Amino acid sequence: MQCDVAIIGGGVVGLAILRRLSMGGVTAVLLEKGADILSGASKGNSALLHTGFDAPPGSLELACMRAGYAEYLEIRERLNLPLVETGGLVVAWTPAEAARLPAILAQAHGNGVVDAALMDAPALHAREPGLAPGALGAVLVPGEHVIDGWSAPLAYAHQAMAHGAAILRGCTVEGGEREGDAWVLATSRGEVRAPVVINAAGLYADHVERIARTPPFTIRPRKGQFVVFDKTAWPLVNAIILPVPTERTKGVLVCRTAYGNVLAGPTAEDVDERESPTVDEAVLEWLVRKARALVPGLAGHGVNAVYAGLRPATESKDYRIEALADRGWITVAGIRSTGLTGSLGIASHVAGLYARHFGALREAPVPVWTPVPNLCETGQRPWQAAAPGEVVCHCELVTRHEIEAALSGPLPAGDLGGLKRRTRCLMGRCQGFYCGWRVMQLAAGRLPDACAEPLAP
Amino acid sequence: MSAHEVIIVGGGPAGLAAAAELHRLGIRDTVVLEREQHAGGVPRHCRHRGFGWVEFRRILTGPAYAQRLLEHAAGAVVRTGTTVTAIGSGGAVQVAGPGGRETLRAARVLLATGARETPRAARLVSGTRPWGVFTTGTLQQMVYLAGLRPCRRAVVVGSELVAFSSLLTLRHAGARAVALLEESGTVLAPGPARLVARAVFGTRVITGARVVAIQGAPRVTGVEIEHPGGRETIACDGVVFSGRFVPETALLRPSHLEVDPGCGGPVVDQYARTTDPIYLAAGNLLRPVEASWTAWAEGRAAARVIAASLRGTLPEAHHHTRLEPAGSVRYISPQRIAHPAPLPAALPFNLRVDHPLRGRLRVMADSRELWGERRTLLPERRVLLPLPAGRMAAVAEAMVEVADPVAL
Repeated sequence: MQCDVAIIGGGVVGLAILRRLSMGGVTAVLLEKGADILSGASKGNSALLHTGFDAPPGSLELACMRAGYAEYLEIRERLNLPLVETGGLVVAWTPAEAARLPAILAQAHGNGVVDAALMDAPALHAREPGLAPGALGAVLVPGEHVIDGWSAPLAYAHQAMAHGAAILRGCTVEGGEREGDAWVLATSRGEVRAPVVINAAGLYADHVERIARTPPFTIRPRKGQFVVFDKTAWPLVNAIILPVPTERTKGVLVCRTAYGNVLAGPTAEDVDERESPTVDEAVLEWLVRKARALVPGLAGHGVNAVYAGLRPATESKDYRIEALADRGWITVAGIRSTGLTGSLGIASHVAGLYARHFGALREAPVPVWTPVPNLCETGQRPWQAAAPGEVVCHCELVTRHEIEAALSGPLPAGDLGGLKRRTRCLMGRCQGFYCGWRVMQLAAGRLPDACAEPLAP
Repeated sequence: MSAHEVIIVGGGPAGLAAAAELHRLGIRDTVVLEREQHAGGVPRHCRHRGFGWVEFRRILTGPAYAQRLLEHAAGAVVRTGTTVTAIGSGGAVQVAGPGGRETLRAARVLLATGARETPRAARLVSGTRPWGVFTTGTLQQMVYLAGLRPCRRAVVVGSELVAFSSLLTLRHAGARAVALLEESGTVLAPGPARLVARAVFGTRVITGARVVAIQGAPRVTGVEIEHPGGRETIACDGVVFSGRFVPETALLRPSHLEVDPGCGGPVVDQYARTTDPIYLAAGNLLRPVEASWTAWAEGRAAARVIAASLRGTLPEAHHHTRLEPAGSVRYISPQRIAHPAPLPAALPFNLRVDHPLRGRLRVMADSRELWGERRTLLPERRVLLPLPAGRMAAVAEAMVEVADPVAL
């Protein structure tokens, strides 16, 4: 296979870059080792659209977040991507935390988030009646929002493909050599030849970087565990409720999800694992207690799901984005919690590096828009249509048409996780008690890991 | 908006029994709303025998029993593939069906949405999150409805009766249950369950056992457990979390009806009426979880209340006695006694304790014992309280507790 650019890694960052380059007339292929896109860091995050109010001033991270935030708002309607306009509240519970609010506000203003404002306790409790009593005040950041962290990258993938990009899944890059003016990558799906390679390999960015050079960084995964409360809890929380951050972590937040749940997490644990992060009973119980301490009403609501995500952290905090002009290589690494927000901004930045060092971009005169199905609770869902047909998943109200659509098309679900992320089936309160069999029946023979075998006749 | 005499939400044993009884009592406009493609409820995927003796004087398989329930409910309209998305005051029921959305209304609405098992996530179990971890319900449906074998070597967690359904289902699928784990010190299912598991299914029964972690990805490869003998890892490609039923209250939570956090079901009186007397509840929605014949009996009893209230022979409650569980009593359902009480109670007062104990089970009001009896109580057994409802009209609140408890 031959093309202008090979992107390694099918997370939100790789997909946003793929979209940007292919819309700029570059022939690009994306190589993803997982059975589906979003198999690594991008499958488990908080799904927030950040303003960058608390990002390091003057950093590349902040610049990418601001640009990514603006572009998301600009394109989201044409891709049918949701926006739940919750606002964010950094809540102080102790006098020491309250004393830090003015500095947080000053940083927000310095970062260009000019509508951030201090809120006193009465105003805070009036805006957030579900909050436990005793909060001393908050910084309100109206522009912090909740989005659908899986549909957005899926939309980027579809739009890239509509502009000629290719996505190879189940494609592990095993090595590469520079031959003349091009890289020749050895992959589990054959040889891929491209003058320029972009390393967007997330949790494996340091391994992939070895193809080009001795990596100047090491990935040190930082795990975040989450609990998802039942949809019945949705009215209890309005804003994204954030703690006053510490040096090490932004702390545990409580917020709505686009799908109508309430989310609590993440933790921040340094781990060695790069695959299949484990959840831990004691930590999950702690998260549940913590969420119920912040929002006491959650006590009456069950936990639907738990998950863990891995942040591809490196030694330093800022993004590591760099072009090796003489070697046809762009490194895009160390993108942690802000990757979902930053992805579109990162993609523009990378497109700029590409144009400067490797080749011109020719913007498509009439871009193709590829809207994705809406999964967000605040928008219209297919079950609400005039003739929705069979509803398969009752907890999340997923129709048979939605499941079948997700199993077909240009980028069908590559595994069960991919099907869940595309449709919400099996993600609700019963976790498959009612519909698991039906989903398996519909997916039989079409997903490698829906690996129930037919009974002998 | 279309209006009916009675809407029944849920076409399982409770809902279908109610539909049949309403027809027998001369109520001619009953609609059963069932979100699955076929009515019948959980028995549809319980292939073993043991259903129907109380109801039909036959011993039937689950699917045959479900079929018979449906035949008896022939006087009602059963709408399958129809999901109720919200319930509101005045008996307004929001519905989404194959033909789109609509609002139905009825003079009485019977909620009979049943119960489901607690899945792995809600149990907050540690480990990876692989494919191959499911509940008994999912297992049964995959085997019996979809004709799939989801695993070959399973570990079953829990020892309520339903765990033994898992063993049967696994065997039917040509899979083996290598171990059955119970957290408490004893097997919860009645009878010689431990012996049956070992002798009939060749399953190792481990009590006092806790799941430490699920292992494997993308498919489960094993379960690490902890038991009095220490820690060990059992290799398997399936984990079945059985039991720990919870009432399916998704409709009630956002509604105007009160839910009892103790049992997880709606607050009802002895006539199965919720806190809005237009809405009644029956079956395993009331509390986790009873056999199908109990759900059936409750559905029938609720139907009689509905008929009586539509004909004016059962007046609305004037006031209530609230029953509060205390100490080791986890819940009691019904949670309140309606006065006046001109008819015999439709639902028995049913309680559960949180650990095995012996003591004086009693009902107290203002430090006066209204009823009391020495009992031995086990946590997964139903305990019925013969409350003298008629004599409690002057009591606003009564406490249900076990005095002088001795743990067993």
